[in-house]
Amino acid sequence: MSGTFVGMPAFPEAARTAVDDPTLRGNLRHATHTIRAKRASAVAELADWAELREAGRRIKDHTLRHLDRFLEQLEASVTAAGGTVHWAEDAEEANRIVAALVKETGESEVVKVKSMATQEIGLNEALQAEGIRAYETDLAELIVQLGKDRPSHILVPAIHRNRGEIRDIFTHEMAAWGRPAPEDLTDTPADLAEAARLHLREKFLRAKVGISGANFMVAETGTLVVVESEGNGRMCLTLPQTLISVVGIEKIVPTWRDLEVFLQTLPRSSTAERMNPYTSMWTGTSDEDGPRAFHLVLLDNGRTDTLADQIGRQALRCIRCSACLNVCPVYERAGGHAYGSVYPGPIGAILTPQLRGTASEIDASLPYASSLCGACYEVCPVAIDIPEVLVHLRERIVQGGPAVRHGNKVVLRPARGHAAERAAMRAAAWAFGHPGALRTGQRLAARSRRLHPRTLPGPGRAWSATRDLPAMPAEPFRDWWQRTHGGKDAK
Amino acid sequence: MNSRDRILGRVRRALADVPPHDGSYEEAVPRNYLREHGKRTLQETVDLLAENLADYRAIVHRTDTADLPHLITRLLAAHGSTEMLVPPELPASWTAAADPVRIHDRAELTPERMDRVASVVTGCAVAIAETGTLVLDGSPDQGRRRISLIPDHHICVVRVPSQVVASVPQALERLDPTSPLTWISGPSATSDIELNRVEGVHGPRTLEVILLDD
Ligand code: SF4
Repeated sequence: MSGTFVGMPAFPEAARTAVDDPTLRGNLRHATHTIRAKRASAVAELADWAELREAGRRIKDHTLRHLDRFLEQLEASVTAAGGTVHWAEDAEEANRIVAALVKETGESEVVKVKSMATQEIGLNEALQAEGIRAYETDLAELIVQLGKDRPSHILVPAIHRNRGEIRDIFTHEMAAWGRPAPEDLTDTPADLAEAARLHLREKFLRAKVGISGANFMVAETGTLVVVESEGNGRMCLTLPQTLISVVGIEKIVPTWRDLEVFLQTLPRSSTAERMNPYTSMWTGTSDEDGPRAFHLVLLDNGRTDTLADQIGRQALRCIRCSACLNVCPVYERAGGHAYGSVYPGPIGAILTPQLRGTASEIDASLPYASSLCGACYEVCPVAIDIPEVLVHLRERIVQGGPAVRHGNKVVLRPARGHAAERAAMRAAAWAFGHPGALRTGQRLAARSRRLHPRTLPGPGRAWSATRDLPAMPAEPFRDWWQRTHGGKDAK
Repeated sequence: MNSRDRILGRVRRALADVPPHDGSYEEAVPRNYLREHGKRTLQETVDLLAENLADYRAIVHRTDTADLPHLITRLLAAHGSTEMLVPPELPASWTAAADPVRIHDRAELTPERMDRVASVVTGCAVAIAETGTLVLDGSPDQGRRRISLIPDHHICVVRVPSQVVASVPQALERLDPTSPLTWISGPSATSDIELNRVEGVHGPRTLEVILLDD
């Protein structure tokens, strides 16, 4: 996968660098705590949150269980509405398709609206190699791009930068990319936003090709949905003559009506708003209004491998709201970069090792980047049981076992150098099978702390040894286990 | 075999555990969530819309048909606008009293030209009270998506109560997915700098909503 940050140190090491950086820690702590509280009150406004969450989970599960059918239906409806559908098995193929489509237009510049999928496949770099310049237009992505940096949060990719740093980046870098920053630029957020507005406007007005992702694709109608705040999405989706959307195959919902669930749960979970400022929905092309040509690139890139894992496939329900990042004690301390992929935090810890396998040291260490406190599961608007998947992936790394890679069945060998984890997992497996013993046995309860970052085994130890993590999560691990699995495992 | 067939083949192999009779979609998805949150009279729903619009920093005005042209005139004057963009079939009476030059949205109008127009006046398709959202569907009184995007000042007229619904589910029922839709909740904003909400990045920085009594 070309989205890998090449030469990335494994999680524990990367996390140590991050936790030693007081600015980063301060920025992250402030940001995650702010949004956490806001989210809780936005969610509390809806008396039927639990029902919406359950409906969201069921919609996504049913879609995944019949994904072949819905993909074919989507292809037919997008085509009928005037769009062209392309299929990409991996990052390389997706990049090749997009580059060829851009070249066909004769253009050498594109404007982009923030999209995890295009980051995952390293599209900007691939386009650059073909002589095409891609301009990021989301404010945070702009900060990241101008700062020659990497995103660190799904929703607020520049969450690790404070206003002073942003001012410096704008002042020094904008001129090389287009309209320079105003000379007397201050570090007030309104001035920084104004500088971005001026810098990007000339690009929007002349753009001939736009590139996006999508939050949802409706199979029955062929409608794509992009949820955003700033209006850069609207610019990229409506002003260019050609629009290319690169979207993971799991982003489908079956019906128009299904949007009534996600348009209530997504904004409240992500930006803690009743509704985000702008949502765009388009179905193919329309006369006069918006792009004349619309291309949809459906991306696999490890998703079908993930789908083959009956426990792990729930990660594909993710709607990328980032609520799980904001409540995660490990993310708060380690920062997004430590996860070594575009998907940080708890969702990254279960998605990345499934999308690209666990061959590299960092990917194998990701499932250990968690205290299993369960906060991520609590806030997830599609009820992904992240701790369950983490335990499952740890097991697979330590013990090996069957998996699917690049569409082929393989048997993973137990990871070498994971002797400690093997021992820990054997102990844990025994305890998981005997929840009664876990609850009553003090020694075993203490042993369950081996899954807690205070004493993370193996790759986690280097990282957790010097950290001041909370002694125990609000809900102890064994209570969480009892609540979520106790019933079914005790039988 | 092409990539399409390979991907679909992988999907089918990955789902080998799913039984052929897995239950219908209708059975699989419970819809026991609420159609709207709370019971309100029409008037109360309109009040909630006004409250939530204002909460996300739209400027809300209420008026009747007789006063509408004067209100629009005052808002344009207060903004110092000398030109205003109008969609093809905006009711002529709405802007009858306004001084600014009307720039009619036509296919030939370039984005650069639109960028020099200070204000835009449109109608809307549906407004959602619970979330403070306006939905535009490209009807002739709303125009192309770009006209409510490029000018810095958007005046949007909502007919109340006929265009107001309580909730997101009710709004989707009224909308046609084949039209290009724009959902607007407050002026353009970002929280990308230290999570401070700042109004106005790329869309209109001033959103004025006129609730027009039917
Ligand atoms: S896993 Fe759940 S909480 Fe985390 S980003 Fe995805 S949908 Fe949101």
